[in-house]
Amino acid sequence: MKAKSENVLTGAHYLDGNHASAEGAIAAGCKFFAGYPITPSTEIAERVARRFPLIGGVFIQMEDELASMAAILGAAWGGRKSMSCTSGPGFSLMMENFGLGIMLETPCVLVNVQRGGPSTGLPTLPGQADMMQARWGSHGDYEIIALAPDSPQESFELAIHAFNLSEKYRTPVLVMTDECVGHMTEKVVIPPAEEIDLVERLYTEKPPGEAQPFEWSNYDIPPMLPVGKGYKFHITGLTHDERGYPIINAEAQDENVRRVSDKIKRHTDDIIWLEEKDTDDAEIIMMAYGISSRVMQPAIARAKQDGIKVGQIKMVTVWPFPEKRVRELAGKVKALIMVEMNLGQVYYEMERCAAGKCQTLLVDHAGGTVHNPEVIYNAIKEAAK
Amino acid sequence: MATAEIRITGFGGQGVVLCGYIIGKAASIFNEQHATLTQSFGPEARGSACSAQVVVSDSRVLYPYVTSPQVLVAMSNDGYQMHRKTMPDESIIVYEKELVKLEKHGPRVKTFGIPATRIAEELGRKIVLNIVMLGFFGAVADVLPREALRKAVESSVPSGTEELNLKAFDRGYEYGLELKEKAELRA
Repeated sequence: MKAKSENVLTGAHYLDGNHASAEGAIAAGCKFFAGYPITPSTEIAERVARRFPLIGGVFIQMEDELASMAAILGAAWGGRKSMSCTSGPGFSLMMENFGLGIMLETPCVLVNVQRGGPSTGLPTLPGQADMMQARWGSHGDYEIIALAPDSPQESFELAIHAFNLSEKYRTPVLVMTDECVGHMTEKVVIPPAEEIDLVERLYTEKPPGEAQPFEWSNYDIPPMLPVGKGYKFHITGLTHDERGYPIINAEAQDENVRRVSDKIKRHTDDIIWLEEKDTDDAEIIMMAYGISSRVMQPAIARAKQDGIKVGQIKMVTVWPFPEKRVRELAGKVKALIMVEMNLGQVYYEMERCAAGKCQTLLVDHAGGTVHNPEVIYNAIKEAAK
Repeated sequence: MATAEIRITGFGGQGVVLCGYIIGKAASIFNEQHATLTQSFGPEARGSACSAQVVVSDSRVLYPYVTSPQVLVAMSNDGYQMHRKTMPDESIIVYEKELVKLEKHGPRVKTFGIPATRIAEELGRKIVLNIVMLGFFGAVADVLPREALRKAVESSVPSGTEELNLKAFDRGYEYGLELKEKAELRA
């Protein structure tokens, strides 16, 4: 299915990353937004609030982030594509209901414009220190999909991709951007609507009375049930069966939780999106995501001028982590280096998968600004010794 | 020109960020270049020092922040004081003459002052001060073509105010051309 032309602002614009995220969501067909303003994410909400009345969307400023997350889940079950945006403190507040979204297998998109933490930290300055919270912030076992844009253009594109993944896998999807990208203004080219592919929600073909909200025995990804068409059903955050009713025992738990995790694990080849450059004959491979993958470019170029064989992997998806690829490469290279704006988060996944087969190094940063390329260059030189 | 780094500074509410936005838009939408705009501000909404940074380049901007600006546009004394020491030996400082108290700079730092607030008041709206400054910057810094900047002004200001803003831009630009001519005659 293609995007609808009335939702797409085709043309070249000069937009910040947050406005671009909003335009991507609108192009993807998002028609419900609930949120609570927080720097540095507020421009997403502002843009949506300005645009929605023109295209028939519903915008609600909620009383807090707990309610915002709950509202977008409700809207998704009501048939809308829905989203919210937030930053660190709000992300923490959303975590419980985010888990409800996982358990209820509810398609929706949440954008976290990361700032420096913990707590209120640095409201107006960037960080990438919510990456493990993205992975494990809600309680219980689950798998998550998280994307990381490096520019306003990618913020637009990945917002669409996030909606597509959320519909395809019937699960909440995170866009983990940061203050630098969110508040950075650059040219954003929005293509014609007919060039934007959208994944639409899969609904049951069974009649009311026969259809179930979690029919996993017959489907890879269970289709949803529409509302207002005579289907009466029950959904709960409690461990449930295919009918959606609570079943409180170990067998049901194993079936329910394992399946919700496995539907992501089974499709990692489809979900994981890496942009690799010069990895074939590299002695050192740099890994990064979001703004850090961009800031490391001058350092890589300089190291190459010194004759060092440096490859790179930009992780467009950070979760699920590219375990298979990192395992393969660890056996071939001298060092893997992770560049991230935190004191070591995704790095530990890289280290785990490298399993001692090569050196693993972290170029960390507590946040507040992006890395100095000089520091990244020095890390490459050190690893190449 | 490979890369030009420009910093605009003033206090919140003066239109500092819009000024940076128009420069970036002129470069990336109307002059086929790449331009990245970033901004710094505190948690306050108005009145505190703020700045906008634009990196203009012929290739993709990889490092988004300004590190060694060739041009500083100063609309307030606080902003000027905060950033003047970051200016490299060879650079341009464009300032609001009646708001900024200019200090001594090295021989290769070119300084250009304009009474932009007064000009804006003469035009009837003090609020267009930033656009007067922008026009002035356009003429003296010569980083971008006049037409690209004009188009960016026209497409960025609230509808209904285009004429006033273009007039403000042109007044600033002409003031800059005259000043530059005088400076060149002296040299």
